[in-house]
Amino acid sequence: MRVAEGKVDPVHQFTIETLFGTDHWSIGGYNIAFTNSSLWMAITTVVLLVFVAGGAKRELVPGRWQMAVEGLTGFVDNLLQANIGKAGRKYLPYVFSLFGFILFANMLGLLPLALVGVHPFTATSHFTVTGVLAVMSFAIVLGVGFAKHGLHFFSLFVPHGTPVPMIPIIFPIELISFMVRPFSLGLRLFVAMMAGHVLLEVLSGFVISGTNAGVGTFFLAAVPSFVLMIGICALELLVAGIQAYVFALLTCVYLNDAENLH
Amino acid sequence: MDAESAKLLGAGLAAVGAGLASLGVGNVFAKFLEGALRNPGAADGQQGRLFIGFAAAELLGLLSFVVAMILIFVA
Repeated sequence: MRVAEGKVDPVHQFTIETLFGTDHWSIGGYNIAFTNSSLWMAITTVVLLVFVAGGAKRELVPGRWQMAVEGLTGFVDNLLQANIGKAGRKYLPYVFSLFGFILFANMLGLLPLALVGVHPFTATSHFTVTGVLAVMSFAIVLGVGFAKHGLHFFSLFVPHGTPVPMIPIIFPIELISFMVRPFSLGLRLFVAMMAGHVLLEVLSGFVISGTNAGVGTFFLAAVPSFVLMIGICALELLVAGIQAYVFALLTCVYLNDAENLH
Repeated sequence: MDAESAKLLGAGLAAVGAGLASLGVGNVFAKFLEGALRNPGAADGQQGRLFIGFAAAELLGLLSFVVAMILIFVA
Protein backbone atom coordinates (compact mmCIF):
# COMPACT_ATOMS: atom_id res chain seq x y z
CA MET A 1 0.00 0.00 0.00
CA ARG A 2 2.83 2.38 0.77
CA VAL A 3 4.88 4.03 -1.90
CA ALA A 4 7.97 6.20 -1.59
CA GLU A 5 7.78 9.34 0.60
CA GLY A 6 5.61 7.44 3.10
CA LYS A 7 2.37 8.38 1.32
CA VAL A 8 -0.65 6.11 0.89
CA ASP A 9 -1.36 5.46 -2.79
CA PRO A 10 -5.11 6.09 -3.18
CA VAL A 11 -5.58 4.05 -6.36
CA HIS A 12 -3.67 0.96 -5.26
CA GLN A 13 -6.92 -0.54 -3.91
CA PHE A 14 -8.27 -0.83 -7.46
CA THR A 15 -5.42 -3.03 -8.70
CA ILE A 16 -6.56 -6.23 -10.37
CA GLU A 17 -4.54 -9.17 -9.12
CA THR A 18 -4.53 -12.64 -10.61
CA LEU A 19 -5.50 -15.14 -7.94
CA PHE A 20 -5.13 -18.34 -9.94
CA GLY A 21 -4.44 -18.89 -13.57
CA THR A 22 -1.71 -17.25 -15.58
CA ASP A 23 -1.33 -14.76 -18.38
CA HIS A 24 -1.49 -17.66 -20.82
CA TRP A 25 -5.15 -18.39 -20.04
CA SER A 26 -6.65 -16.39 -22.84
CA ILE A 27 -9.60 -16.53 -25.19
CA GLY A 28 -9.42 -14.38 -28.32
CA GLY A 29 -6.49 -12.43 -26.91
CA TYR A 30 -8.24 -11.63 -23.61
CA ASN A 31 -6.87 -12.96 -20.38
CA ILE A 32 -9.43 -15.02 -18.47
CA ALA A 33 -7.45 -15.79 -15.31
CA PHE A 34 -9.46 -15.68 -12.06
CA THR A 35 -8.78 -12.28 -10.47
CA ASN A 36 -9.75 -10.60 -7.20
CA SER A 37 -12.50 -8.81 -9.14
CA SER A 38 -13.96 -12.15 -10.25
CA LEU A 39 -13.64 -13.45 -6.70
CA TRP A 40 -15.61 -10.54 -5.22
CA MET A 41 -18.25 -10.76 -7.94
CA ALA A 42 -18.60 -14.47 -7.13
CA ILE A 43 -18.86 -13.66 -3.40
CA THR A 44 -21.51 -11.02 -4.18
CA THR A 45 -23.52 -13.53 -6.19
CA VAL A 46 -23.29 -16.17 -3.46
CA VAL A 47 -24.29 -13.70 -0.72
CA LEU A 48 -27.25 -12.49 -2.80
CA LEU A 49 -28.33 -16.07 -3.54
CA VAL A 50 -28.07 -17.07 0.13
CA PHE A 51 -29.98 -13.94 1.17
CA VAL A 52 -32.83 -14.58 -1.26
CA ALA A 53 -32.90 -18.38 -0.74
CA GLY A 54 -32.98 -17.97 3.04
CA GLY A 55 -36.06 -15.75 2.82
CA ALA A 56 -38.00 -17.54 0.10
CA LYS A 57 -40.10 -19.60 2.49
CA ARG A 58 -43.69 -18.66 1.49
CA GLU A 59 -44.87 -18.71 5.08
CA LEU A 60 -48.19 -17.03 5.82
CA VAL A 61 -46.72 -15.17 8.79
CA PRO A 62 -43.27 -14.11 7.56
CA GLY A 63 -40.28 -14.04 9.85
CA ARG A 64 -37.68 -11.27 9.86
CA TRP A 65 -35.57 -12.73 7.08
CA GLN A 66 -38.53 -13.39 4.82
CA MET A 67 -39.77 -9.83 5.47
CA ALA A 68 -36.39 -8.44 4.42
CA VAL A 69 -36.41 -10.38 1.14
CA GLU A 70 -40.06 -9.56 0.48
CA GLY A 71 -39.32 -5.90 1.17
CA LEU A 72 -36.53 -5.90 -1.39
CA THR A 73 -38.50 -7.72 -4.11
CA GLY A 74 -41.59 -5.63 -3.37
CA PHE A 75 -39.51 -2.47 -3.67
CA VAL A 76 -38.25 -3.42 -7.13
CA ASP A 77 -41.74 -4.56 -8.15
CA ASN A 78 -43.18 -1.17 -7.12
CA LEU A 79 -40.42 0.57 -9.05
CA LEU A 80 -41.36 -1.33 -12.22
CA GLN A 81 -45.11 -0.82 -11.68
CA ALA A 82 -44.66 2.93 -11.19
CA ASN A 83 -42.39 3.42 -14.21
CA ILE A 84 -43.61 0.92 -16.80
CA GLY A 85 -47.03 -0.20 -15.59
CA LYS A 86 -48.49 -3.69 -15.87
CA ALA A 87 -46.12 -4.67 -18.69
CA GLY A 88 -43.17 -4.08 -16.35
CA ARG A 89 -43.78 -7.30 -14.41
CA LYS A 90 -41.82 -9.44 -16.86
CA TYR A 91 -38.65 -7.43 -16.24
CA LEU A 92 -38.77 -8.08 -12.48
CA PRO A 93 -36.19 -10.94 -12.51
CA TYR A 94 -33.69 -8.89 -14.51
CA VAL A 95 -34.08 -5.61 -12.63
CA PHE A 96 -34.09 -7.39 -9.26
CA SER A 97 -30.86 -9.25 -10.11
CA LEU A 98 -29.29 -6.01 -11.32
CA PHE A 99 -30.35 -4.05 -8.24
CA GLY A 100 -29.39 -6.83 -5.85
CA PHE A 101 -26.01 -7.44 -7.46
CA ILE A 102 -25.03 -3.76 -7.52
CA LEU A 103 -26.30 -3.14 -3.98
CA PHE A 104 -24.49 -6.15 -2.53
CA ALA A 105 -21.29 -5.47 -4.51
CA ASN A 106 -21.24 -1.85 -3.27
CA MET A 107 -21.93 -2.86 0.33
CA LEU A 108 -19.42 -5.75 0.38
CA GLY A 109 -16.72 -3.42 -0.92
CA LEU A 110 -17.29 -1.15 2.09
CA LEU A 111 -16.99 -3.87 4.74
CA PRO A 112 -14.11 -3.24 7.18
CA LEU A 113 -12.63 -6.65 6.45
CA ALA A 114 -9.10 -5.23 6.49
CA LEU A 115 -9.34 -5.56 10.30
CA VAL A 116 -9.00 -9.33 9.85
CA GLY A 117 -6.45 -9.01 7.05
CA VAL A 118 -8.73 -9.49 4.03
CA HIS A 119 -8.79 -6.65 1.56
CA PRO A 120 -12.29 -6.06 0.22
CA PHE A 121 -12.54 -5.19 -3.45
CA THR A 122 -15.42 -3.21 -4.92
CA ALA A 123 -16.23 -4.90 -8.24
CA THR A 124 -18.44 -1.94 -9.22
CA SER A 125 -15.50 0.46 -9.02
CA HIS A 126 -14.28 -0.68 -12.43
CA PHE A 127 -15.74 0.64 -15.64
CA THR A 128 -15.44 -2.76 -17.30
CA VAL A 129 -17.92 -4.24 -14.80
CA THR A 130 -20.41 -1.36 -14.68
CA GLY A 131 -20.05 -0.83 -18.43
CA VAL A 132 -21.05 -4.43 -19.12
CA LEU A 133 -24.05 -4.07 -16.79
CA ALA A 134 -25.06 -0.87 -18.59
CA VAL A 135 -24.62 -2.41 -22.04
CA MET A 136 -26.75 -5.35 -20.89
CA SER A 137 -29.58 -2.97 -19.92
CA PHE A 138 -29.18 -1.05 -23.17
CA ALA A 139 -29.22 -4.26 -25.24
CA ILE A 140 -32.47 -5.34 -23.56
CA VAL A 141 -33.98 -1.91 -24.30
CA LEU A 142 -32.98 -2.18 -27.97
CA GLY A 143 -34.14 -5.80 -28.24
CA VAL A 144 -37.53 -5.13 -26.64
CA GLY A 145 -37.98 -1.90 -28.62
CA PHE A 146 -37.29 -3.42 -32.02
CA ALA A 147 -39.13 -6.69 -31.28
CA LYS A 148 -42.24 -4.88 -30.08
CA HIS A 149 -42.44 -1.85 -32.38
CA GLY A 150 -40.24 -2.84 -35.34
CA LEU A 151 -38.89 0.15 -37.23
CA HIS A 152 -41.59 2.26 -35.58
CA PHE A 153 -39.17 2.28 -32.61
CA PHE A 154 -37.35 5.14 -34.35
CA SER A 155 -40.32 7.39 -33.58
CA LEU A 156 -38.74 7.50 -30.09
CA PHE A 157 -36.35 10.09 -31.54
CA VAL A 158 -39.16 12.34 -32.76
CA PRO A 159 -41.34 13.21 -29.76
CA HIS A 160 -45.06 13.32 -30.41
CA GLY A 161 -46.20 16.71 -31.73
CA THR A 162 -42.83 17.96 -32.96
CA PRO A 163 -43.33 20.61 -35.70
CA VAL A 164 -41.98 19.39 -39.05
CA PRO A 165 -39.31 22.12 -39.46
CA MET A 166 -37.89 21.14 -36.05
CA ILE A 167 -37.47 17.44 -36.90
CA PRO A 168 -33.96 17.74 -38.47
CA ILE A 169 -32.78 19.43 -35.27
CA ILE A 170 -34.64 17.31 -32.73
CA PHE A 171 -33.77 13.95 -34.31
CA PRO A 172 -29.95 14.14 -33.88
CA ILE A 173 -30.29 15.55 -30.37
CA GLU A 174 -32.62 12.75 -29.29
CA LEU A 175 -30.43 10.18 -31.05
CA ILE A 176 -27.31 11.37 -29.23
CA SER A 177 -29.09 11.49 -25.88
CA PHE A 178 -30.25 7.91 -26.52
CA MET A 179 -26.86 6.59 -27.63
CA VAL A 180 -25.05 8.16 -24.67
CA ARG A 181 -27.26 6.32 -22.15
CA PRO A 182 -25.13 3.19 -21.66
CA PHE A 183 -22.06 5.36 -21.05
CA SER A 184 -23.73 7.67 -18.56
CA LEU A 185 -25.35 4.68 -16.80
CA GLY A 186 -22.09 2.77 -16.38
CA LEU A 187 -19.94 5.83 -15.76
CA ARG A 188 -22.17 7.14 -12.95
CA LEU A 189 -21.95 3.97 -10.86
CA PHE A 190 -18.24 3.47 -11.54
CA VAL A 191 -17.22 7.04 -10.69
CA ALA A 192 -19.44 7.32 -7.63
CA MET A 193 -17.91 4.15 -6.20
CA MET A 194 -14.34 5.04 -7.17
CA ALA A 195 -14.56 8.62 -5.88
CA GLY A 196 -15.80 7.47 -2.47
CA HIS A 197 -13.06 4.88 -2.06
CA VAL A 198 -10.34 7.30 -3.21
CA LEU A 199 -11.63 9.89 -0.73
CA LEU A 200 -11.54 7.40 2.15
CA GLU A 201 -8.04 6.32 1.17
CA VAL A 202 -6.77 9.92 0.96
CA LEU A 203 -8.22 10.66 4.42
CA SER A 204 -6.64 7.51 5.84
CA GLY A 205 -3.36 8.75 4.37
CA PHE A 206 -3.82 11.98 6.36
CA VAL A 207 -4.45 9.97 9.52
CA ILE A 208 -1.34 7.81 9.04
CA SER A 209 1.11 10.55 8.10
CA GLY A 210 -0.40 12.97 10.66
CA THR A 211 0.07 10.43 13.44
CA ASN A 212 3.62 9.64 12.37
CA ALA A 213 4.65 13.30 12.18
CA GLY A 214 4.18 14.13 15.87
CA VAL A 215 1.73 15.13 18.59
CA GLY A 216 0.85 18.52 17.06
CA THR A 217 -0.19 17.16 13.70
CA PHE A 218 -1.90 14.21 15.42
CA PHE A 219 -4.43 16.51 17.07
CA LEU A 220 -4.50 19.06 14.24
CA ALA A 221 -4.79 16.74 11.23
CA ALA A 222 -5.15 13.07 12.15
CA VAL A 223 -8.04 13.30 14.64
CA PRO A 224 -10.28 15.58 12.49
CA SER A 225 -9.54 13.41 9.43
CA PHE A 226 -10.52 10.31 11.34
CA VAL A 227 -13.79 11.89 12.50
CA LEU A 228 -14.47 12.97 8.91
CA MET A 229 -13.73 9.41 7.72
CA ILE A 230 -16.47 8.03 9.97
CA GLY A 231 -18.92 10.56 8.50
CA ILE A 232 -17.81 9.80 4.94
CA CYS A 233 -18.26 6.06 5.63
CA ALA A 234 -21.90 6.69 6.56
CA LEU A 235 -22.28 8.80 3.43
CA GLU A 236 -20.73 6.00 1.36
CA LEU A 237 -23.30 3.53 2.69
CA LEU A 238 -26.01 5.98 1.54
CA VAL A 239 -24.31 6.42 -1.85
CA ALA A 240 -24.00 2.64 -2.27
CA GLY A 241 -27.77 2.31 -1.81
CA ILE A 242 -28.65 5.35 -3.91
CA GLN A 243 -26.43 4.36 -6.84
CA ALA A 244 -27.92 0.85 -6.94
CA TYR A 245 -31.39 2.42 -6.81
CA VAL A 246 -30.56 4.97 -9.52
CA PHE A 247 -29.16 2.25 -11.80
CA ALA A 248 -32.33 0.17 -11.40
CA LEU A 249 -34.55 3.25 -11.74
CA LEU A 250 -32.90 4.47 -14.94
CA THR A 251 -33.06 0.94 -16.37
CA CYS A 252 -36.81 1.03 -15.66
CA VAL A 253 -37.17 4.45 -17.31
CA TYR A 254 -35.29 3.27 -20.41
CA LEU A 255 -37.32 0.05 -20.53
CA ASN A 256 -40.45 2.19 -20.36
CA ASP A 257 -39.30 4.03 -23.50
CA ALA A 258 -38.88 0.69 -25.27
CA GLU A 259 -42.15 -0.73 -23.98
CA ASN A 260 -44.47 2.26 -24.47
CA LEU A 261 -42.50 4.63 -26.75
CA HIS A 262 -43.21 8.25 -25.87
CA MET B 1 4.90 26.14 -17.25
CA ASP B 2 5.75 22.52 -17.94
CA ALA B 3 3.16 19.95 -19.00
CA GLU B 4 3.09 18.10 -15.67
CA SER B 5 2.13 21.17 -13.62
CA ALA B 6 -0.40 22.23 -16.26
CA LYS B 7 -2.04 18.81 -15.87
CA LEU B 8 -2.28 19.17 -12.11
CA LEU B 9 -3.66 22.71 -12.44
CA GLY B 10 -6.27 21.42 -14.88
CA ALA B 11 -7.22 18.66 -12.43
CA GLY B 12 -7.62 21.28 -9.71
CA LEU B 13 -9.79 23.42 -11.97
CA ALA B 14 -11.97 20.36 -12.68
CA ALA B 15 -12.82 20.33 -8.96
CA VAL B 16 -14.76 23.58 -9.59
CA GLY B 17 -17.15 21.49 -11.67
CA ALA B 18 -17.61 19.00 -8.84
CA GLY B 19 -18.35 21.85 -6.44
CA LEU B 20 -20.92 23.39 -8.77
CA ALA B 21 -22.60 20.01 -9.25
CA SER B 22 -22.99 19.84 -5.47
CA LEU B 23 -25.00 23.10 -5.71
CA GLY B 24 -27.15 21.40 -8.33
CA VAL B 25 -27.73 18.29 -6.22
CA GLY B 26 -28.57 20.44 -3.21
CA ASN B 27 -31.00 22.42 -5.34
CA VAL B 28 -32.76 19.25 -6.51
CA PHE B 29 -33.41 18.07 -2.96
CA ALA B 30 -34.21 21.56 -1.64
CA LYS B 31 -36.88 22.13 -4.27
CA PHE B 32 -38.27 18.66 -3.69
CA LEU B 33 -38.58 19.27 0.05
CA GLU B 34 -40.11 22.67 -0.58
CA GLY B 35 -42.77 21.12 -2.78
CA ALA B 36 -43.20 18.08 -0.56
CA LEU B 37 -43.93 20.19 2.53
CA ARG B 38 -46.59 22.11 0.63
CA ASN B 39 -48.30 18.95 -0.58
CA PRO B 40 -47.10 15.95 1.44
CA GLY B 41 -49.73 13.70 -0.11
CA ALA B 42 -48.20 13.97 -3.58
CA ALA B 43 -44.59 13.69 -2.39
CA ASP B 44 -44.21 9.91 -2.33
CA GLY B 45 -45.34 9.54 -5.93
CA GLN B 46 -42.62 11.87 -7.14
CA GLN B 47 -39.63 10.13 -5.57
CA GLY B 48 -38.71 8.45 -8.82
CA ARG B 49 -38.50 11.81 -10.57
CA LEU B 50 -36.54 13.20 -7.62
CA PHE B 51 -33.86 10.56 -8.09
CA ILE B 52 -33.80 10.98 -11.87
CA GLY B 53 -33.09 14.69 -11.33
CA PHE B 54 -30.52 13.83 -8.69
CA ALA B 55 -28.81 11.35 -11.03
CA ALA B 56 -28.69 13.85 -13.89
CA ALA B 57 -27.24 16.61 -11.70
CA GLU B 58 -24.78 14.28 -10.02
CA LEU B 59 -23.52 12.82 -13.30
CA LEU B 60 -22.14 16.18 -14.42
CA GLY B 61 -20.18 16.54 -11.19
CA LEU B 62 -18.86 13.00 -11.53
CA LEU B 63 -17.78 13.76 -15.10
CA SER B 64 -15.59 16.59 -13.83
CA PHE B 65 -14.10 14.14 -11.34
CA VAL B 66 -13.37 11.79 -14.25
CA VAL B 67 -11.66 14.65 -16.09
CA ALA B 68 -9.48 15.29 -13.04
CA MET B 69 -8.61 11.59 -12.69
CA ILE B 70 -7.76 11.32 -16.40
CA LEU B 71 -5.52 14.39 -16.15
CA ILE B 72 -3.67 13.03 -13.13
CA PHE B 73 -3.35 9.34 -13.94
CA VAL B 74 -3.90 8.83 -17.67
CA ALA B 75 -2.92 11.87 -19.71
